[in-house]
Amino acid sequence: MELRGPVRVEEKLYTLRWKHDRTSHIAITDPRTCADRCGDEWRRPCTTFCPAKVYEWDPEQARIVVAYENCVECTTCLVGCPYRVIDWRPPRGGFGIQYRYG
Amino acid sequence: MEVEKFDAVVVGAGPAGAAAATTMARAGLSVVLVERGEYPGAKNVMGGVLYGRMAAEVVPEFWTQGAPMERVVVEERLWLATDDGAVSVSHRSGKGAYHPDGCPNAFTVLRAKWDRWFAQKAEEAGALLVPGTTVEDVLWQDGRVVGVRTGREEGDLYADVVVLCDGVNSALVQRARLRDHPVEPHHLALGVKEVVGLPPEVIEARFNVERGQGVTIEIYGAVTRGMSGYGFLYTNHDSVSVGVGVLVSHLMRTRIPPYELLEGLKQHPLIRPLLAGGETLEYSAHAIPEGGWRAMPKLYGDGVLVAGDAAMMVNGLHREGSNLAMTAGRLAGEAVVEAKRRGDFSARTLSLYAAKLEESFVLKDLRKYRDLPELAERRPDLFGAYAELANLMVHEMLTVDGVPKRDKQRRIWREVTRRKPLWNLARDLYEVWRAIR
Repeated sequence: MELRGPVRVEEKLYTLRWKHDRTSHIAITDPRTCADRCGDEWRRPCTTFCPAKVYEWDPEQARIVVAYENCVECTTCLVGCPYRVIDWRPPRGGFGIQYRYG
Repeated sequence: MEVEKFDAVVVGAGPAGAAAATTMARAGLSVVLVERGEYPGAKNVMGGVLYGRMAAEVVPEFWTQGAPMERVVVEERLWLATDDGAVSVSHRSGKGAYHPDGCPNAFTVLRAKWDRWFAQKAEEAGALLVPGTTVEDVLWQDGRVVGVRTGREEGDLYADVVVLCDGVNSALVQRARLRDHPVEPHHLALGVKEVVGLPPEVIEARFNVERGQGVTIEIYGAVTRGMSGYGFLYTNHDSVSVGVGVLVSHLMRTRIPPYELLEGLKQHPLIRPLLAGGETLEYSAHAIPEGGWRAMPKLYGDGVLVAGDAAMMVNGLHREGSNLAMTAGRLAGEAVVEAKRRGDFSARTLSLYAAKLEESFVLKDLRKYRDLPELAERRPDLFGAYAELANLMVHEMLTVDGVPKRDKQRRIWREVTRRKPLWNLARDLYEVWRAIR
């Protein structure tokens, strides 16, 4: 048996509650690194390790698109980006994920 | 504007921060407890098993005070899983589920509820809780930390001591110059979980427990798909928490999305029936600092202390973390109380905190397992390989097919040494022994 299956993370994210800020708390400090180096060397792991699918590669724009509204603030991207070009900061006070169970 | 100054500012109202704030406030210090969530626990996730002894050292007899315990753990199960089976070991505590004074040894919690209650105890002791407020930096004066800068207008808070309990990947630990190198991907695990709602009586029937009693299951082997870590299933009052945590460095290499890993765990033939009919109430994810003793920051400086996840205080092997955090927070609080008595908040006096930690199980345990994180990073194969071998051996002995038992033993031995030559077996055993002795 293969321990996997098609999963839509969106279905999991539906269970969550946020208080969204208007501005992003995440920035890619050097998008060229994602385009020029990370694709070849690491295949952009942020697009797979992020548990909320915040990071997606847009081949047309040749950059990572950041869906900061999905962020659950696990902080994995702070160390999981091989080049440390993800500038993640805690959302402003009171904003962001609001776990009801945790 | 008049500058308000406190005896202590605590950053983060999790188990470490609330324990520190309670300890200091109770001793009469003026304490402000800053929390970036709208309420304590809004950002916090764990499996979660909490340990009573360390909670009681902060809030005596908490179990008589309406603490939001989900279920008292009476049985712990360990599964070594293959794709479709498992070798299982379990232990039922009986009366041992409680310490002689009635304090539960271990119980399950949901952190959004527990942290809120625990921080309320700090408020009752006299600490000022300021939720919805992010601390952005520490403030310096004459080479020592003198307060914090919050995101609020005119939001600088001054204090004799800042206690950093702001959780995993704390940026403030670096700002306070307690760590100069960033956390490495193999010093971090990512845990993902779901809280799945089930009626209490269904949980009690499925897990063979009475009302108020609970079970923990840790699942090693195939469920982490070649990465270091483990899956878990813990019973709450009217839900179960099912999840899996693996090293970030391994997620980077395998490119397995964590939600797929979680889905695979939920579909495992041993797990699926336990969740049947349940509805997912909440998905969650959080990083876990697994770097251990060698990856810890400096624990104190002039006017500053650090405790809990921010200080890498997690014992991954024993799934302990919040108990280390509560203990470290309490000891940090005690050290500050003593510093206040002496009127000296220099690193020299605050080193009392480190001395107290050295005396406690916190640093003793972290030091004992200091080589384990490196082994977990280097040998993710151990988890899967030995789960396979265990299943192979037991399965062969339990398959009644007319083959005499002595021949079966030979067959097992041949198969085991084919997969793991003796030299490899000995080396693995030695490596594991060396990391946990």
